[in-house]
Amino acid sequence: MADDTKTLKTTPLDALHREYGAKMVPFAGYSMPVQYKAGVLQEHLHTRSQAGLFDVSHMGQARLLGSKAAEAMETLVPGDIVGLGAGNMRYTLLTNDAGGILDDLMVTHCGDSLYIVVNAACKDADFAHMRAKLTDAKLEIIEDHALLALQGPKAAEVLARYAPAVRHMVFLTGQAVRINDIPCFITRSGYTGEDGYEISIPNKDADAFARLLLSEHEVMPIGLGARDSLRLEAGLCLYGNDIDTTTTPIEAALNWTIGKRRRAEGGFPGADVILGQIKDGTARKRVGLMPEGRAPARAGTEIQDMDGAAAGIVTSGGFGPTVDGPIAMGYLRTELAVPGTRVNLMVRGKAQPAEVVKPPFVKQNYVKD
Amino acid sequence: MTVKYTKDHEWIRLDGDVATIGITNYAQEQLGDVVFVEVPEAGARFDAGAEAAVVESVKAASEVYAPLTGEIVEGNQALADDPSLVNSDPEGAGWFFKMKPDDLSQMDDMLDDVAYRTLLVDLD
Repeated sequence: MADDTKTLKTTPLDALHREYGAKMVPFAGYSMPVQYKAGVLQEHLHTRSQAGLFDVSHMGQARLLGSKAAEAMETLVPGDIVGLGAGNMRYTLLTNDAGGILDDLMVTHCGDSLYIVVNAACKDADFAHMRAKLTDAKLEIIEDHALLALQGPKAAEVLARYAPAVRHMVFLTGQAVRINDIPCFITRSGYTGEDGYEISIPNKDADAFARLLLSEHEVMPIGLGARDSLRLEAGLCLYGNDIDTTTTPIEAALNWTIGKRRRAEGGFPGADVILGQIKDGTARKRVGLMPEGRAPARAGTEIQDMDGAAAGIVTSGGFGPTVDGPIAMGYLRTELAVPGTRVNLMVRGKAQPAEVVKPPFVKQNYVKD
Repeated sequence: MTVKYTKDHEWIRLDGDVATIGITNYAQEQLGDVVFVEVPEAGARFDAGAEAAVVESVKAASEVYAPLTGEIVEGNQALADDPSLVNSDPEGAGWFFKMKPDDLSQMDDMLDDVAYRTLLVDLD
């Protein structure tokens, strides 16, 4: 263990995590807090009722520069990037030629550039892929900024004490904001299903600002454990679990990320496969699952139909603290992927009945206007 | 009354010929918030080392092993209604099951209180 930790990278908040009693674990090559003293359950519930501060500095941040950056980006993703207005942000997917998903990412139109946030585990591959394919645009990887997420119903009130302008932002927009004279880039977005912000802040200022936020009585530090249970309740995919190179956007029920123009024009990797699936359907679909008992069904759990035939697999599953019960996501044969259908989750060899539902499992509280 | 421990962080309390089994305070701290427990039914038989119960936190599932060979006398049904007893009172109300061991000498090789606490020091 001691040798492993030596090779792990740390974020600018490493000392803060340890001071706050975090249990540190290796994650995507970084030493990251999985939970603090309060524990996953309290951290989860606190984020839904007050505000939680997450260190997501391990994620990849970059800017794509050039007058044709949006057009270039569209050659790699099925999302509408050219049509994204200045200051607006969009969830999209890097796809491969087979229609599989290389990563999911957020893209914000910043006027003179696109600001991109990708998953930590994929960032090196994503950026290499973008550099290799995007010869008309320049990719600048942002190494000197940390990324903090402040999430929850009190996030706006708390952050507005330092940056009054953030109150007026709506969900999925971004803007440059000065906080105590520090230039930051803030988006109203997150990965919890709650209202909140992600704050890109210079590495050297991140620790002090995180401490300021934590000094606010509404704010508690939140680890990766609660980040996972919050996103699962919100019905959001985890790359590597729910989506990967073997799943297409259509199988993953992410059709909504592909707008009308992109469907008509294509021009992204795997477009033939993906557009064909929009038209003809797929053999399997991602769904939400509500187990009827109390036993959580974890990723990898086999799903059977009520006749005992193979029906699919759970890709994310656990206990939802706000739901106060087990919840899961997984892939099912398309004819079973209908809300209300009953299936069996094979937990430790025993059939546990579950109902197919449409995620999210909790009400999303985004500020849309 | 004898209390012994295993390297898997279980405790075994012997009362007459019935052993009560649970997980230690260290184990519940490592698990975090317990949200689901499955205990064995009375009458079930297990060999020492076999998986006899399951304990799940928000994060992950873990197995609880039968530390002794024998027959289950009772599973703690209170854990089904309130799994958090494992966190709040791991070595009391949060017990998992009671069993009648076939051979009490299996307890001889287990850790006593001092040996278990020494093990914990080494883990830190």
